[in-house]
Amino acid sequence: MKRIISVSINNEIHELAVEPNKTLADLLRYDLGLTGTKKGCDTGDCGACTVILNGDAVNSCLVLAVQTDGATVETIEGLSNGDGLHPIQAAFVEHGAIQCGFCSPGMIMSAKNILDKHQNPSDQEIRQGISGNLCRCTGYQKIFKAISSQCSDTNPGNNYGGLHEKI
Amino acid sequence: MKKFDVISSRASRIDSPDKATGKAVFVDDICMPGMLFGALLQSPHAHAKIISIDTSKAEKLNGVKAVITSKEAGNIKYGVSPARYDETIFAIDKVRYVGDEIAAVAAVSLDIAQQAVRLIQVEYELLPAVFTVEDAMKEGAPQLHENFAGNLSAEVHQEFGNVEEGLKQSDIVKTTMMKSKRQDGAFIEMQGCIAEYDNRNILTLTSSTQVPHYVQRTIAMVLGLDIGKVRVKKPYVGAGFGIKAAANPMELACCVLAMQTKKPVKMNYTREQVFMYGRARHQFSHKITTGAKKDGTIMALKHECYLDGGAYTSFGIATVYYTGSLLGGPYKLKNMSYDGYRVYNNKPACGAQRGHGAVIARACFEQQLDMIAEEIGMDPLTLRIKNMMNTGDTTCNDLNMSSFGMSECIEAVRKGSGWDKKKGNLPKGKGIGMACGFFVSGAGYPIYRSDTFHGTVIVKLTEDGGTALVYTASAEIGQGSDTAFAMIAAETLGIPLENVRLASGDTDMGVDLGAYSSRQTLMTGHATKEAAEHAKQQVLEVIANQLDIPVQNIDVKKGFIEFADPVPDFSNLRTRYIKEHRGWTDNPDFEKLTFKEASRIAFLEKGSIVGTGKYKPHSLGGKFKGAAVGTSPAYGCSAQVAEVTVDMETGQVSIDHITDAHDCGKAINMTSVEGQMEGSVSMGIGEAMHEEVIFDDKGCVLNNDLAEYKMVTSMDMPTVNAIVVESDEPNGPYGAKEVGEGAIMPTIPAILNAIYDAAGVRMFELPLTPERVYHAIQAYKEKLSA
Repeated sequence: MKRIISVSINNEIHELAVEPNKTLADLLRYDLGLTGTKKGCDTGDCGACTVILNGDAVNSCLVLAVQTDGATVETIEGLSNGDGLHPIQAAFVEHGAIQCGFCSPGMIMSAKNILDKHQNPSDQEIRQGISGNLCRCTGYQKIFKAISSQCSDTNPGNNYGGLHEKI
Repeated sequence: MKKFDVISSRASRIDSPDKATGKAVFVDDICMPGMLFGALLQSPHAHAKIISIDTSKAEKLNGVKAVITSKEAGNIKYGVSPARYDETIFAIDKVRYVGDEIAAVAAVSLDIAQQAVRLIQVEYELLPAVFTVEDAMKEGAPQLHENFAGNLSAEVHQEFGNVEEGLKQSDIVKTTMMKSKRQDGAFIEMQGCIAEYDNRNILTLTSSTQVPHYVQRTIAMVLGLDIGKVRVKKPYVGAGFGIKAAANPMELACCVLAMQTKKPVKMNYTREQVFMYGRARHQFSHKITTGAKKDGTIMALKHECYLDGGAYTSFGIATVYYTGSLLGGPYKLKNMSYDGYRVYNNKPACGAQRGHGAVIARACFEQQLDMIAEEIGMDPLTLRIKNMMNTGDTTCNDLNMSSFGMSECIEAVRKGSGWDKKKGNLPKGKGIGMACGFFVSGAGYPIYRSDTFHGTVIVKLTEDGGTALVYTASAEIGQGSDTAFAMIAAETLGIPLENVRLASGDTDMGVDLGAYSSRQTLMTGHATKEAAEHAKQQVLEVIANQLDIPVQNIDVKKGFIEFADPVPDFSNLRTRYIKEHRGWTDNPDFEKLTFKEASRIAFLEKGSIVGTGKYKPHSLGGKFKGAAVGTSPAYGCSAQVAEVTVDMETGQVSIDHITDAHDCGKAINMTSVEGQMEGSVSMGIGEAMHEEVIFDDKGCVLNNDLAEYKMVTSMDMPTVNAIVVESDEPNGPYGAKEVGEGAIMPTIPAILNAIYDAAGVRMFELPLTPERVYHAIQAYKEKLSA
């Protein structure tokens, strides 16, 4: 039997009737048309479906839609606000951190979550922050650089270069 | 050196803003009105006769629209190479691996389709199964395919020069083995497709594929359709690495379901099915003997290899040839022999993966070069430079290196890694190692025997002028080819990149063999350049005619027409242009005539301006059997240095840093070249350190997910210094050649040589699990103390 939930997705309240076994990833993709959130495994291994749920990066394929009743969800579609790309998205574009692009939305949501939580993440914090997001194309180098470019360049623990790093 | 306006830059990729915002459409993002969902029934047994299939219960389930087996799908054989067509859409008489397709269902929802699949009843008679090369080659072993005795799917025997004589003349002879494990492509987007069949009997397949052209041909052949009524297109594709470089049975089943139901049908592999389908890198067992003189001259190479092929041939017949043909270079070598055997067994088929066929052979050979260097007291870099081929050299198996910056790559990694300071001076447990490699820049011949062009491109100028539309059937799968072609078109036309729009990946746009064998930059790049030149020439001819000046006095640069002195009076042309755009606010008032004006005038005179381009390589290679495999109009090459730490107590290896130099000819987009190099290194590290598809004793994949199949994560990846070495490739557009696959070649042997430097052990089996390295260290310590 379907259950009624109320969830804020990208700052819009949605009143929805959902099957109890539907995942948040499927709700976003197939019911709401928010297909920027990708599915690469459906078992919480690849991170392509990463969204920010109540301030934390989660695999939306491991969250049931009914669990998001009353919650706040941010997806990749909520990041660019109409004035063009969000700075993190722009950094991914500029640094060549995107190849096939299938992991990119999830990767960018994890990157945003790192930067929401730490203004100046160290190399290690950046690596850990995206360790649940698999990328088979890039070897992560340019992703590290893109995320680092959004930190202060004064952080001595950050070797990938800061704001002024030239690509 | 020639100055470029667009290429040779770090332009942002044209597809990345859409990919960064989630707007880029991949196949599973597409939903069509009335769309049905398909599911496959796949064999639970590794080897069994099919006695009967009963689909009646499935057909009766509410919501089911079609159930198909080989009765509906037919028995036409297909595969990758016409020399080895050994698959049918659905198993007919027997199944040969766990996952072999038996039936498919289309239903109004995926849940119902999957329920219906479970209701199909198949009666099997189990047959004995074989899972290893050794078992499959035993006398009396169960046979997978009637026509292939001894389960030998393909064998190759080649000799160039005189290997026995070369070994006799050698002062040092090294023989070692190297064994790898079966890989998975582990692209993040699982294969998926949508088939539609319209009222005029046109079949359209939208698929996550690297090769729309080959998929189109396979569909037409297998389903007996007029090829003009089959269209294959790809949306954005979440990478492929070779595994998506052929038609898969799901695509074909999806087409049959759409034809039966006359509705769009969507099908996806689950991650488990991606592993079940396989088609990634084979498991290789090499035995290589290398002979050299005391002065370091390599004299002879004797190579034997067994490939664990799985149940069908897939790319395997090409793989087994590539394994031999791409080994001798990049070194001068007169005597080389190769005996290769690809063996069937009851596991999923293996196929092509980045560095097709050549990666593990190189891991073996490049270790031997280090062993020889050590024995004669020569620096490994010096030994390699001493034997290195030069630009213009041809290998003993007739591969011509028309440009070859290999020595420059070695010098770049020597400097970039601080090799001279580090080699021999690192503490115990720390090591540095290097290796070289090369790879084709596009297969010299199509997979099917044909005189076809390998790529055709259309460049159409918009009728209002100013924007160039590039149409190519090539496949952007993440490597950046769309951007490369847009840049080549912009450079050639002489207009800014933002004035180029590009559409690709659709068989309606022409012929393009697709994204495999690192071919697109060179081949589709050539066709793009030619099409853009053709379009530009038509515009220039009209303008020359109108202004009554010789056409060779005009060119286009940065969006403006450049005239040789004296600059003619073009005010009539401008007036004519402006008169047609009354009320427009962006009419030109530049000192120079714009390309936009010129192309509008050209349209007014000639109608739509369409430039066409095409490319096929010149005749390549020798005359011997298999000479075509390994040929290419150009070869990329690379050198890498790996720095590692080995824990001498536990056998844990960590890779600290990689210095990678690659000669890609002219870099069309510098950032994209580095991206390919870094990605190659990460895949090489995964294969060296962690990756292995593991089976149980019934032929089921045990680690069929991305948690237990250990690809490289952000925590594993060392820093990489990617150094782009540019050469001028005479056969490449603007001098460009490959980077996508050649860059993986040296990674594994560089790591292996670094481990030897750190721990004194030579590793002959991958992946380098702590257990395997620990045992090697223990054996080494025992040997030392004995």
